[in-house]
Amino acid sequence: MNQFQYVRASKPKAAIEALARDPNAQFIAGGTNLLDLMKRGVMAPQKLIDINKLPLDKIERQEGNIRIGALALNGAVAEDKLVLEKLPLLAQALNAGASAQLRNMATVGGNMLQRTRCPYFYDTAMPCNKREPGTGCGALEGYNRMHAIFGFSDKCIAVHPSDMSVALAALDATVLVSGPKGDRRIPFAELHRLPGDQPHIDTTLGAGELITAVEVPDNAFTRHVHYLKVRERASYAFALVSVAAALQLDGSTIKDARLAMGGVAHKPWRLADAEKTLVGKPATDETFRQAAEVAMRGAKAFQHNAYKLKLGPNSIVQALKNAAAA
Amino acid sequence: MADEQPGLSLDHDEHSQARRTFLKQSSLLTALAFTPGPVVRAAAAELDEKVAAAFEKVPLKLAVNGKRYKLQVEPRTTLLDLLREQLHLTGTKKGCDYGQCGACTVHVDGKRINSCLTLAVMQEGKEVTTIEGLAPGGDKLHPMQEAFIKHDGFQCGYCTPGQIMSAVACIREGHADSEGEIREYMSGNICRCGAYTNIVAAIQEVKNGGQRV
Ligand SMILES: Cc1cc2nc3c(=O)[nH]c(=O)nc-3n(C[C@H](O)[C@H](O)[C@H](O)COP(=O)(O)OP(=O)(O)OC[C@H]3O[C@@H](n4cnc5c(N)ncnc54)[C@H](O)[C@@H]3O)c2cc1C
Ligand code: SF4
Ligand code: FES
Ligand code: FES
Repeated sequence: MNQFQYVRASKPKAAIEALARDPNAQFIAGGTNLLDLMKRGVMAPQKLIDINKLPLDKIERQEGNIRIGALALNGAVAEDKLVLEKLPLLAQALNAGASAQLRNMATVGGNMLQRTRCPYFYDTAMPCNKREPGTGCGALEGYNRMHAIFGFSDKCIAVHPSDMSVALAALDATVLVSGPKGDRRIPFAELHRLPGDQPHIDTTLGAGELITAVEVPDNAFTRHVHYLKVRERASYAFALVSVAAALQLDGSTIKDARLAMGGVAHKPWRLADAEKTLVGKPATDETFRQAAEVAMRGAKAFQHNAYKLKLGPNSIVQALKNAAAA
Repeated sequence: MADEQPGLSLDHDEHSQARRTFLKQSSLLTALAFTPGPVVRAAAAELDEKVAAAFEKVPLKLAVNGKRYKLQVEPRTTLLDLLREQLHLTGTKKGCDYGQCGACTVHVDGKRINSCLTLAVMQEGKEVTTIEGLAPGGDKLHPMQEAFIKHDGFQCGYCTPGQIMSAVACIREGHADSEGEIREYMSGNICRCGAYTNIVAAIQEVKNGGQRV
């Protein structure tokens, strides 16, 4: 690991100022992504601003939403009574991620900002536009079986690895940030970017901006929900494909639906058109298959990830079936 | 700036003061060779002392297995390396060093974590428990250690300290109610010898035995 300067912030303002002042500084929360990348030489910040002492770890019921502090631990959120009762889809997605140990370290803010697991991004001997702009994309013509089928560019075909973020995208969350220019709210769908010509930029956060919390609006998806994660072993592995499915049923008729996918794009992939086809229909396999077909429109595979074109719709159908039966 | 506590404390003796002055100058030069921009800017903004801090040790107070330590550590030292190399508590193992195997599992303030993916300086004021501090004392083993021996919960033994620390936490968290739940909540601990069946049996015995863990 490179050498760096370490400071601890006790107030958000001090953290923001320290980060805004120094383009080579990074916040460190749980450290589970940042330190991993620093050990491998993928990232080499010269200053770490430890934000763990900031009072941002509360999970609170507010008027119209549940507010989860950016420093709340993934494990604490997944086991929180309020979250289990009101946001079971989020709890499922969190529990599907990493391991019990890592969930005790990983924070909500850090989780959404974790970087891609593209092996070329991790291997500093390989070309990668995300790690080193202009060097090319090693995955494009390389071993790309973990890679995107939606929203990629010829500069980068990486996927976002977070499970939690897929549930937050489905549940229309809002990210609260504070920065040198004040506070702002970012709809979750606008936090992560598509790679386009600038794959080295993962999100729409500005310089010096600190995520303080995420708010999830009140919703009726408290029962018929399912987070399906397909991976290479039963637990403790990143998703090949994942699906966050939430249904509101009136008898056997679908009153409302939310659907998002992970492991398929540079950001959590919300399936708004598929949601529309579900509403008003009976909760049957036939309906679910139609929605899956709509969801997969525009998907395109590379040499080694064509299996996702089948695994994707099958996972959507299965997740919806499990949600309906829950 | 009062809200931002630099890792470097200011109450050093003369020797380290001189050393700091030297480091301040030499580190500026070294750092200049890599990245002139920010260092020059930092110096201009009178943050040169902090540049020196990158190369100096930072004070750290923490408790490990009930014993209080006042240490000086390099910021980039992980908790795992601190335990093994500075405190010579080598029971905690380094398997992968990237959060992927669980061999380095310890408890911090009662929670199990991977000590390889956290900095020692991030543990300021915390209580760490390692495999060396798990047993109640004297010659007595912890019930989980007894159970691992009884059920052959290991072969080479390399993953075992991490498995045991994780297993104790798994029961304390209330995630050991069934074989399936144990397997899921122990998935952060890889065993290359494949002793999983016996590890699950050991955990079930402790859980069902109702002993206090
Ligand atoms: C072996 C392994 C397996 C894993 N498996 C999974 C998995 O299956 N599913 C999954 O979803 N994840 C998985 N992860 C990733 C894990 O979830 C992330 O590493 C973790 O969520 C990151 O959170 P953190 O608090 O540790 O972030 P850090 O590493 O501290 O920070 C990550 C980034 O976010 C920035 N940051 C952190 N907090 C803030 C904030 N409040 N405001 C602004 N910037 C901030 C930091 O500057 C840094 O750039 C795995 C990780 C490992 C090591
Ligand atoms: S897919 Fe993106 S992250 Fe992977 S090598 Fe290409 S540019 Fe880098
Ligand atoms: S050594 Fe820490 S998880 Fe492998
Ligand atoms: S006993 Fe050998 S790795 Fe587990």
